[in-house]
Amino acid sequence: MSQVVLDRLVAQFGERIIETTTFRGDEVAIIAPDAWVEVARFVKTDPACAMNHFSDMTAVDYPEREPEVPRFDVLVSVRSMVHKHRVRLKTRVEDGQNLPTLGVVWAGASWAEREIYDMFGIRFDGHPDLRRILLYEEFVGHPLRKDYPIDRTQPLIPYREGGLAGTKLPPFGQDEGQPWTRINWPARLKGVDTQVSPAIALQQGQRRALSESTAGEGDLEPEVEAEE
Amino acid sequence: MGEVKVLQTGEAGYGTTRFDSLLAWARKFSLFSYPFVTACCGMEFMSTACSRHDIAPFGAEAPRFSPRQADLLWVVGTVVQRQAPVLKRIYEQMADPKWVVAFGTCASVGGFYDNYTTVPGIDKVIPVDIYIPGCPPRPEAVLDGLILLQEKISNGNREPAIVPPRQLPGLVQIRKKETA
Repeated sequence: MSQVVLDRLVAQFGERIIETTTFRGDEVAIIAPDAWVEVARFVKTDPACAMNHFSDMTAVDYPEREPEVPRFDVLVSVRSMVHKHRVRLKTRVEDGQNLPTLGVVWAGASWAEREIYDMFGIRFDGHPDLRRILLYEEFVGHPLRKDYPIDRTQPLIPYREGGLAGTKLPPFGQDEGQPWTRINWPARLKGVDTQVSPAIALQQGQRRALSESTAGEGDLEPEVEAEE
Repeated sequence: MGEVKVLQTGEAGYGTTRFDSLLAWARKFSLFSYPFVTACCGMEFMSTACSRHDIAPFGAEAPRFSPRQADLLWVVGTVVQRQAPVLKRIYEQMADPKWVVAFGTCASVGGFYDNYTTVPGIDKVIPVDIYIPGCPPRPEAVLDGLILLQEKISNGNREPAIVPPRQLPGLVQIRKKETA
């Protein structure tokens, strides 16, 4: 669809376009980081490209491809309201390597760059206000990096007594909740995990339904009871 | 209980009760609610509050958008870590006596958001009186929760409680057929 854009880019920048791919109407150009802003400005101003609509900008973390290829992909999807075509521009950066900001080309990119900084810790040179946009300033680390621990939470205020992360306060039993996420994997691999949803537990006779206990009496402990 | 006499026109009489009971009876039918609505459960809350299901017969139809004037806090939807201080402050600003309803699975236990961003149940931050399960709960379950709260107010019970699922005969029949 927008092969013309890729052709223009290769003709204009040559070696600095590392790779171009096309798959079912998705045109992608992988760009050297030092040509990042130049290419962006070119696709916006060139009459054959005229990419005047900034759709989205995000990043992807591939720690497993280090050190041959840099760890992060930063990609921007742009569209032309004139020619009705779209293209995805990609670049690759190492951990700790800064990119120049695209906010000078598409103003909307500056918020997306704040999100990328928030989630991946990639910094953008020349950004007027590079702060976290979704998380809070006290947050340590960048949660969409693959090496961020999947179960690490950083509460802003201390939990109430007994309210450690992953535990439940009464009237909930410790094994209650959404079973498809809060799975105790070590216990399940050993075969001793009995955490199932209350409805399934009722079917299997592991315990009676919550509805059969009197609400508010504190008598909500899981109970083994054979169903006839 | 003494003799109950129905007064006719022109007659006068009196009844006796304990002051606590009278006060609790008045409180349970004049719940001024503060909706803390953060997510999709809000749609079901609106449905419950509006005319089709209607929480007005239970005396809880007056929303107050200042926590200082409210005594029932509805926490409707997912609460993220960044909102937790806000929620706690709103709870602390409410005057006693105050009650809290966790509306839906996310407010109760965090739902399926088992990650860095979500509070795993608002009871980690503030005490909760009623948990309404469901994703989202049906308006009937919400009304069940409101009635359960009123019962707890009238008998002075501050133990937290979960709204039990309704036992629908049709569903029970299906379940038995499957397991047989």
